[in-house]
Amino acid sequence: MRIGVTIFPGSNCDRDALYAVERMGAEPVELWHADADLKGVDAVIVPGGFSYGDYLRPGAIARFANVMGPLEDFAKSGGPVLGVCNGFQVLTEAHLLPGALLRNTGMRFVCDRVRVRVEATDTPWTAGCEVGEELTLPVAHNEGNYFADDATLAQLEDEGRVVLRYLENPNGSANDIAGVCSEERNVVGIMPHPERVSDPALGSDEGLRILRSVLVGAGV
Amino acid sequence: MKVRVLVRPKEGILDPQGEAVRGALPALGFGGVKTVHIGRLIEMEVETADEVDAMCKRLLANPTIEEYEWEVIH
Repeated sequence: MRIGVTIFPGSNCDRDALYAVERMGAEPVELWHADADLKGVDAVIVPGGFSYGDYLRPGAIARFANVMGPLEDFAKSGGPVLGVCNGFQVLTEAHLLPGALLRNTGMRFVCDRVRVRVEATDTPWTAGCEVGEELTLPVAHNEGNYFADDATLAQLEDEGRVVLRYLENPNGSANDIAGVCSEERNVVGIMPHPERVSDPALGSDEGLRILRSVLVGAGV
Repeated sequence: MKVRVLVRPKEGILDPQGEAVRGALPALGFGGVKTVHIGRLIEMEVETADEVDAMCKRLLANPTIEEYEWEVIH
């Protein structure tokens, strides 16, 4: 399986994500922001960082990068897409995921490890997990406070589209939401960084529970 | 012509920046401040104002969380 990782000016988890893809046992493919196609990859990770300096709003400028055209087509045709942290923000700005990520309620950048619970396993990025499974994953963000209007939140809950939920809410996120998926379930956005815990040398490889799911879903 | 766009958090959306500033003002002796909301001011020189509204909707504001208004200054 070939997994693409988008690289925008200001992305800073792209190398980690490419490394994690190797650790998964898949082939990493760099997708430059100016690229006009996805090089035939089977799945895409939009990594964390501060694309375009977070100018205007996190993800607001990246959403119009060249590579996003083919990425939106890929997502709409059912291709598995995972947005991590700034990648999650980019996907909400691109309207591939509902809601928005607001400034953390505490007004502080949160850099920590948090416990999350897997709430839905019928997505390509959690298919290898168990419902209720608890993971310890790093977070590092200033805007991780998930917001959606009441009707959207109710819909997300009804449709089982909350993918990860914090056990202890670090940022004021609505309903303790750490990750959600699209209506078709193939696009997932999460604030925690699974790629940063993809090797025991980094202290843990629990992040592979998430990342390797896409291989399970593809029957690899 | 010059246009001025004002973007701010929608009513009821948490505004931690405004909240932090509201908390800081009394500490400096400024009493009686009930609320503070912080937004973003964007000034642009444009040939025509025809597309300003579309610019606001597509990029300058995020309608999920922000509201905007704009005016031609001169």
